[in-house]
Amino acid sequence: MKPLQSSRIGQYLERNRAKIEEWKLTLKVLLRSPSAVCGLVLVLLFLFMAVFGPYISPSDPYKIDFAKRLRPPSSGNPFGTDEYGRDLLSRVLHGARVSLIVGIVTLAICVPVGVVLGLIAGYFGGVVDEVIMRVTDIFLAFPALVLAMALSVAMGSGLMTVMIALAVVWWPAYVRITRGQVLSVRENLFIEAAKAMGISDFWIIARHILPNVLSPIIVIATMDMGAVILTAAALSFIGLGAQPPTPEWGRLVADGQPYFPECWWYVFFPGIAIFLTVLGFNLLGDGIRDALDPKIRRRLEFKSAEGESQ
Amino acid sequence: MRGGDEILRIEGLCVYFYTYAGVVRAVEDLNLTIYRGETFALVGETGCGKSVTMRAVLRLVPPPGRIVKGRIIFDGVDLLKLPEKEMRKIRGSKISMVFQDPNTALDPLYTAGYQTTETILAHRKVSKKSAWQRALELFKVVEIPEPKRRLRAYPHELSGGMKQRVVTSIALSLNPKLLIADEPTTALDVTIQAQILELLRDLQRKYGVTLVMITHNMGVVADMADRVAVMYAGSVVEVADVYELFGNPLHPYTKGLLRAIPSLTSRNERLQSIPGTVPNMIRPPPGCKFHPRCEYAMDVCKRERPRMIDMGKGHLVACHLYS
Repeated sequence: MKPLQSSRIGQYLERNRAKIEEWKLTLKVLLRSPSAVCGLVLVLLFLFMAVFGPYISPSDPYKIDFAKRLRPPSSGNPFGTDEYGRDLLSRVLHGARVSLIVGIVTLAICVPVGVVLGLIAGYFGGVVDEVIMRVTDIFLAFPALVLAMALSVAMGSGLMTVMIALAVVWWPAYVRITRGQVLSVRENLFIEAAKAMGISDFWIIARHILPNVLSPIIVIATMDMGAVILTAAALSFIGLGAQPPTPEWGRLVADGQPYFPECWWYVFFPGIAIFLTVLGFNLLGDGIRDALDPKIRRRLEFKSAEGESQ
Repeated sequence: MRGGDEILRIEGLCVYFYTYAGVVRAVEDLNLTIYRGETFALVGETGCGKSVTMRAVLRLVPPPGRIVKGRIIFDGVDLLKLPEKEMRKIRGSKISMVFQDPNTALDPLYTAGYQTTETILAHRKVSKKSAWQRALELFKVVEIPEPKRRLRAYPHELSGGMKQRVVTSIALSLNPKLLIADEPTTALDVTIQAQILELLRDLQRKYGVTLVMITHNMGVVADMADRVAVMYAGSVVEVADVYELFGNPLHPYTKGLLRAIPSLTSRNERLQSIPGTVPNMIRPPPGCKFHPRCEYAMDVCKRERPRMIDMGKGHLVACHLYS
């Protein structure tokens, strides 16, 4: 132990002891709930598929082989094959990457945009708030799916269109959530104290408001990851998203639809992939909400302390 | 204590809050002079405008409040005429503030040390390392035990008194000329209150900082202040040396306040309260705002607003009884 404590890592661990302890407790709360663990496993599985899917897929997802048309699941094709004889397992594995990219790109656009606008509106208030919120209201009044459809039609179908369309309809929710949180956080005395000490507005927003409003945003973003994937799949299902031969889950379900129920596997496996992914993100989001609540963490801290003393 | 050297002069300050119910005249035509190096107490009931007045000095009146008119001259400069950027440089470095409730005056997400260095780094171009060094010195100055360890402590790991010491150290970090303490002990236990007051008094002596205490506790006033201003309904009604004020209160409101303090020496005496309540600040009574509650009220009190009269030895009073 001694050399470790004198080393730089040891010093770092010692200095940030409180922080590390908190992270440990957060993880503990997360792992304590069975549903959160389920969600975590599903999400990790999805991420694994998205990252490594193309390398572990048994065959080329684009390779057409009419000899193997619409085969049921077998040892050679565990998920069966489609009407062109392509291996469905490979196509589902590749589809994970498409879904992940759509989810990440969409959220990477609308979370920062929404959060920044929400911070500005909530912190400064007055006319700035009024203008930002009215514009947000206009976008919020559009039904997400319909606007996405309109944009897809206007700009032509394709994954890029889907991502842009989803980003356009998704950011207002983040403005709302962030602004609401900011309104409550900015009433804290420490914000006034920071102002009284001559700290700049930018610094106050970045270092004192943002970190204090972040937890609900993390939770919503996790759940939205599932929702975005679901909506993207829906758009692809009605033919506005990914174009053939791109293996996209919603598209696969749509392609398999004419052969249902005789060739049930064609619809079933991509469908179950969508279902489990969305479920995973929702369960994980719920788990994170509990884990980020310091009150629940404290309760657990006392419980584990009691357990040790007995 | 008084060398005639002014550090802060407030002239004709009006702060109004524009609410749906109407315009709340929180501070109206307030005049006050504070001298360099003294401990000045601003006393009055809750809602009389004492906190708003001192926030106006920092130009941090919360909306919908607005500084309508007046001059606030600090060190020869009218603060109300400064651009916001210049004002921000003054906050924290020349005028700083200790807040009422240390439990909420610190951001729960950052260590005590970080929050102290933050203020230093916002105003001075120094390295992070020297800012932390300065924070450590400050923690020693405000007598925090185990200062090195406490630098790394989060607010929830510190007691209320300790947090108030941290807040004080932040307020002192840039050697301000004027320190405003807004009821610095109200949220603390009685034993801790005494410690914090003692600390403030020590620091005031050691560094010669001008201290303005906002309080409604006459005990604190007697204990700490050199001079006292009594506020009622947004205006100053009496200013005097602390001994003069306690020994020879002139304004009926001040007399009432002093009668409402429990005394150890006189037995079996009922505490006297001032009848009535603080007036409606949207439509304040005409003339002297205290007249509906005043036992000496005369006809003139209902019509004319009393002017500040100098009774000698710097004892000022705004009351028709003395004109």
